[in-house]
Amino acid sequence: MSAEAHAHPNYVKVWAILVALLAVSVIGPEVGDATGIQAITLFTAFGIAIVKAYMVCKNFMHLNVEKRYIVYLLTTCLVFMLLFFAAAAPDVMKTEGTNWTKPLVLTAPPAHHGEDAGHGDSHGGADAGAH
Amino acid sequence: MAFRPIANTRSVTGIPTGRLAIWWVIGSEIVIFGGLLMSYLMFRLAHDEWAAHAANTNTAIGAFNTLVLLTSSLTAVLGHKAAEEGNGPKAAKMLWLTCLGGATFACVKAYEWSTEIAHGFTLTTNSFWGFYYTAAGLHALHVIAGCIVMLIVANKARKGIDLHHVELIGLYWHFVDLVWIFLFPLLYIAK
Repeated sequence: MSAEAHAHPNYVKVWAILVALLAVSVIGPEVGDATGIQAITLFTAFGIAIVKAYMVCKNFMHLNVEKRYIVYLLTTCLVFMLLFFAAAAPDVMKTEGTNWTKPLVLTAPPAHHGEDAGHGDSHGGADAGAH
Repeated sequence: MAFRPIANTRSVTGIPTGRLAIWWVIGSEIVIFGGLLMSYLMFRLAHDEWAAHAANTNTAIGAFNTLVLLTSSLTAVLGHKAAEEGNGPKAAKMLWLTCLGGATFACVKAYEWSTEIAHGFTLTTNSFWGFYYTAAGLHALHVIAGCIVMLIVANKARKGIDLHHVELIGLYWHFVDLVWIFLFPLLYIAK
């Protein structure tokens, strides 16, 4: 079935659900912080983001009635994104592995403005301020 | 009948070529924004201290902008529906409302950024703020570009010309909304 010949869902109702989910994703982390249960924060922030994205794809972008190969095309792009994460994450997130050790970058460096993580994070009055 | 490039009208792939092109654009955008968001995620998970930096972002403003984009997606899809029904003036009206949403988003973002910069949080303050301005800035550029194209499409739709373009710009706009749906928890909620 092509996207040309599909019944339109009740878009206002879909939007209302999305707004309700947005409210939950804002309130949920507050509850998570108050109770100290991090799972609530993770679920309400990121779990609900995935649900919202699914609803937008299905109801607004009509991916459920689009040609299947379009879904495969987009899924392939998402898989490339995950491959990138899987390949690069060990270098970023680990400090040592088999036959390699990453120089410790979190030790206090000489203060140079514009340096990267672990450098820039350790200086600057802005870090102390809040608004 | 006015001349139309064959690439705009043929559909050997089973869907109109214009829509196929938009899906390709969206596919490439997934890789662009996906790479950026995945990089952010890696550094965020590796650096606990980023939570303290993220605490300085304004959740209320982020939530308001999410509401604005969700609402603009609603008007975009209502424009698509009107275009399918052959109602060009209504489709144009919906696209103008969508543009209004985009303009509101950009104005709120400008206010937010000027406040943050006034507090000393700039692109070079540290890596968190570097990612913040890069990701949100790239997204804001997509919002502005989308609004410009949408005004052109709306102007033609008002006259009943190229109504199928309403769906194409709508697809792009929903993708911009999707990106923000993930940027919001990453930059504003995960503290």
